[in-house]
Amino acid sequence: MTASSQNKNTNGSMENPEILEGYNFAYLDDQTKRMIRRAILKAVAIPGYQVPFGSREMPLPFGWGTGGIQVTASIIGQDDILKVIDQGSDDTTNAVNIRNFFGKTAGVDTTEKTNKATVIQTRHRIPETPLSKDQILVYQVPIPEPLRWLEHRETETRKMHALAEYGVMHVGLYENIAHYGRVTTSYDYPVQVDDRYIMSPSPIPKFDNPKMDKMPALQLFGAGREKRIYAVPPFTKVKSLDFDDHPFTIESWEESCALCGSSNSFLDEVITDDEGTRMFVCSDSNFCKEQIEKLTNAPLLQNGDGS
Amino acid sequence: MTMSLQNPLLKVENLSHYYGDQIGCENINFDIYNGEVLGVVGESGSGKTTLLKLISGLLCPNAGSVAFDTRIEGLRDIYKMSEPERRLLMRTDWGIVYQNPKDGLRMNVSAGANIGERLMAIGNRNYANIRSDSSDWLEKVEMDLERMDHFPETFSGGMLQRLQIARNLITKPRLVFMDEPTSGLDVSVQARLLDLVRGLVSKLGIACVIVSHDLGVMRLLSHRLMVMKSGKVVEQGLTDQVLDDPQDPYTQLLVSSILPV
Ligand SMILES: Nc1ncnc2c1ncn2[C@@H]1O[C@H](COP(=O)(O)OP(=O)(O)OP(=O)(O)O)[C@@H](O)[C@H]1O
Ligand SMILES: [Mg+2]
Ligand SMILES: [Zn+2]
Repeated sequence: MTASSQNKNTNGSMENPEILEGYNFAYLDDQTKRMIRRAILKAVAIPGYQVPFGSREMPLPFGWGTGGIQVTASIIGQDDILKVIDQGSDDTTNAVNIRNFFGKTAGVDTTEKTNKATVIQTRHRIPETPLSKDQILVYQVPIPEPLRWLEHRETETRKMHALAEYGVMHVGLYENIAHYGRVTTSYDYPVQVDDRYIMSPSPIPKFDNPKMDKMPALQLFGAGREKRIYAVPPFTKVKSLDFDDHPFTIESWEESCALCGSSNSFLDEVITDDEGTRMFVCSDSNFCKEQIEKLTNAPLLQNGDGS
Repeated sequence: MTMSLQNPLLKVENLSHYYGDQIGCENINFDIYNGEVLGVVGESGSGKTTLLKLISGLLCPNAGSVAFDTRIEGLRDIYKMSEPERRLLMRTDWGIVYQNPKDGLRMNVSAGANIGERLMAIGNRNYANIRSDSSDWLEKVEMDLERMDHFPETFSGGMLQRLQIARNLITKPRLVFMDEPTSGLDVSVQARLLDLVRGLVSKLGIACVIVSHDLGVMRLLSHRLMVMKSGKVVEQGLTDQVLDDPQDPYTQLLVSSILPV
């Protein structure tokens, strides 16, 4: 984290005074942004449908979230506050780079606080703190096509979507149960959006799938290499596929977070020393921090207002 | 057999298809009735596969029509239906057994998943039911239940064809298309597979169009026989009649084994 080079203001947001000269606001040219916004509008109008778009070269290699970056660049405005997470953390190289990128090319404020952000770009997680209708969640997507493993022909997958021929999606679930006694897919677990399109939620843990359902925030998905944008509008039904006699379930842990004690967040197992000592901690680093702050502040508050 | 009171299950009229200047098949006419097995023989390149594709919804003809007796609306031209309707027919009322099992199976999922796929495709969402129907069908095609969770790669040619048959028949289709289902198999494997097909088809009363080079196969399986040459039908009739008393000179050569088929 490069907080030292930035000024933290009272909101916990960081201001980026040094905007790079010679670049358009948020890097992309206006024509490209308009094209991407049109794709986004179409995606919002047809929840879960993959809209092709003319993906641009970005100053990052594919696989580093170029799809998400292009979506963010097309929707972000001067007054937005951006949060970037990678596997739940604000501090990984990828998250820091993307945050700096928008700091420098758009001069927008950035934050680590989920509830302060207006735009959140994410790779592989949905924040634990529930999102509001004033926020937009932008996912980085590596493989947008949920039918690809079954059918490699693009013409055929498009037809399957068009005709809602989705029965074969259950072949994958069947196969899992037949071999392991349960559905073992734990990331990128396929969902059906608004009772219509089958959609890949990007490689978030299935733990996060229920958060997508009727989420108040707009969810946008960008796949740079595959040149696809799709969306889940606010308050839209999102259902994880399952069998009647093998209903969808999420991960749970015996342990609580070793740092904040939370028992209802997604936990990562980390190794803390050379002896292989393990502990479980929240994957959402900001959530964990806030839980710890709440714990330390709680007695004070109780004394303060007596409630 | 007198079936004239009944509507045909499939009605093919003046059917032609050309690949550029090349004739695929030309001016084909026939009807198939419920439970009837129609054999199609002819030398390589005579248009058998082309005809099978045309009548099974896989290839849109240049001319003529293919009508199927749909459950609700009776005879309907399959190429005038909407695509979703036609595809629904293909995975419910029809079955297609391909010459190359790799074209008809998912090689990356287990035998059970291959057999159960059609059930899932038509909306079955109960794992236990799908599983028990699939294993019933594995037994009906005389395969070991142990094979249920094995991948098709580990199966022999004859077993792959059994798997294709089970996968197709599980939705109780009324019409099944088979393109050379036994070619490439050992003679003894062929014979057992043919017995199985014959047994299932007659027990379930499924109508069938079978393409083969092999007159022996036809004698065993088909009620009626159609002989093709250069894209045209040169003779058709009851199988025994055609084979025992061929009228067309080309059929006479075929039957007398002077021509290799
Ligand atoms: N895709 C295609 N493009 C061009 N010509 C084709 C195509 N498919 C078939 N043909 C031609 O159409 C004619 C009929 O071919 P078809 O495959 O129907 O014959 P067949 O009776 O099934 O032969 P075989 O016994 O060898 O399988 C042949 O002359 C063939 O070369
Ligand atoms: Mg052929
Ligand atoms: Zn924690």
